[in-house]
Amino acid sequence: MTVDMRNGAAQPTQAVAIAIDRVSQRFPGRSGTNPMLALDDVSLEIRRGEFVCLIGPSGCGKSTLLNIVGGLIAPSAGSVRIGRNTVNGARPREIAFVFQESTLFPWYTVLENFRIALKFQGVEGGGWRDRAMAALRAVGMENFAEHYPSQLSVGMKQRINLARGLCVETDIILMDEPFAALDEQTRMVLGEDLSVLLARTGRTIVFVTHSLAEAVFLAGRIVVMTARPGRVKAIIDVPAPHPRSPDFMLAPQFSTIRNDLFALLRDEIRQTVAAMREARDGARP
Amino acid sequence: MSGRERLGALSMQTAFLAVLFSVWYVVTEGSQITSLFLPRLPRVWSEMVGLAASGRLYAAALVTIPTIAKAFAIAAIFGIAVGFLVGRSERLVRLLEPVLSGMFAIPITLFFPLFILFFGIGPDSKVAYGAAYGFFPIALNTIAGFSNVDAHFLRAAKAMGASRYQLFRHVYLPAAMPVVLTGLRIGFFISFAAVLGGETISSAAGIGRAIALSGELMETARMFAWIGFVVLATMILNIVVLAAESRTRRD
Ligand SMILES: Nc1ncnc2c1ncn2[C@@H]1O[C@H](COP(=O)(O)OP(=O)(O)OP(=O)(O)O)[C@@H](O)[C@H]1O
Ligand SMILES: [Mg+2]
Repeated sequence: MTVDMRNGAAQPTQAVAIAIDRVSQRFPGRSGTNPMLALDDVSLEIRRGEFVCLIGPSGCGKSTLLNIVGGLIAPSAGSVRIGRNTVNGARPREIAFVFQESTLFPWYTVLENFRIALKFQGVEGGGWRDRAMAALRAVGMENFAEHYPSQLSVGMKQRINLARGLCVETDIILMDEPFAALDEQTRMVLGEDLSVLLARTGRTIVFVTHSLAEAVFLAGRIVVMTARPGRVKAIIDVPAPHPRSPDFMLAPQFSTIRNDLFALLRDEIRQTVAAMREARDGARP
Repeated sequence: MSGRERLGALSMQTAFLAVLFSVWYVVTEGSQITSLFLPRLPRVWSEMVGLAASGRLYAAALVTIPTIAKAFAIAAIFGIAVGFLVGRSERLVRLLEPVLSGMFAIPITLFFPLFILFFGIGPDSKVAYGAAYGFFPIALNTIAGFSNVDAHFLRAAKAMGASRYQLFRHVYLPAAMPVVLTGLRIGFFISFAAVLGGETISSAAGIGRAIALSGELMETARMFAWIGFVVLATMILNIVVLAAESRTRRD
């Protein structure tokens, strides 16, 4: 294991899929007063076929960074390149999102949600049903194709949300805590599936999580972010090939990396909690 | 609501009506309440039969129903158009929504003489009056429907590459539809009430006029007969509308 502090330059083995170049993000503060710095000078290069996990305290800008990479937010400073192109808007052909909240449209059935996703992406014609059913089978939800989202549990919705992200067949998938609402066991099963899928299809995945075990199990590299304003604090390599079996979690290497990760995060979490307390006490009369 | 609950609710509602009519019947048959205030039930019934048989009900309905239909159509077209145009822009919502809901709070009845002045004593003034009343709930609900679409649905649709038209057709429209339909339902019943109310205040024909006239002539039984027709029509409309609404709602 190596802790790489050089702000994430990629090893030159594979082409760079995503290049984040000195990105900062400022949000206008409440009632237009002093703006809030959410991301501070973040640089990161992600190679094709890499699985990168973003981990950091709540509110450090992980979702914001993902939105910037996907072109849904224009950064206040810096830029993102996908391959050779600088991002300046959504890129549905290359990038799929799996959001933190379930974004299945409640007025469509599960199957219609897939059809609409493919239609939005510009895929027309007959093949959509087979693709949708294949994606649903991959997450074990093929029997719920005709259900409305309101008829499903939160966990089921998240699995379908994930399947929808995979079904559009983009090179890059940005996932924002896609398993957050799932129980530990389902999480691990889906994580394994994802690991197999990655090994097979070679997609590039950026995956936000709060779970140390999940990060170590899934990621090729783990990017640890600081408390707000978010910066890259450290990058940890997990040198084990995909697909990974659950046995990997029992390996000594696994717990070593997990412990290092925890040590890196602990200070940042403390800082976040302290800031929250301060804000709360400051607000008290 | 399960079938069993619905049956329970229905029998409660029927029981309530039965009690109401029994009390009415007993009070008017058994005591000395003058029929000027509360006519005997059989008298009201025979008046209803008479009005229907003589064709007077038909003639009055032929004035009132098209008036309601026109008033509601105008309210719906303008309400949805204004609501949609305003609801799409956050700035316009902040600017105009308070103005519209403020105007909705003003009793438009105050301006009824103006409607008569501008549009005459015929049905046109009632069309305008009913349309003015029905416009506001439809516009306000349409604004609410289009301006409260969850941001994360819009973000997801944009990330998937939805065009402007697709965003409207597959996100805004279905998200706003239930709220707009509620607005249409409220707007319809308000237009309905306003037209009938307008007819009783000042008009030359129509069901509202017939109610007012029987009142002035102290033909209480006939007045109740006319009112009975309106209540009956309202109940049937309500059932039809609720059934239509529950069919469009998915669950
Ligand atoms: N549109 C916005 N306007 C203003 N402030 C925002 C906006 N979006 C995010 N922020 C702020 O930016 C900071 C980072 O938010 P972000 O959602 O990226 O955090 P996160 O790391 O994803 O947190 P979590 O782990 O809780 O999901 C937060 O303080 C948040 O309040
Ligand atoms: Mg987040």
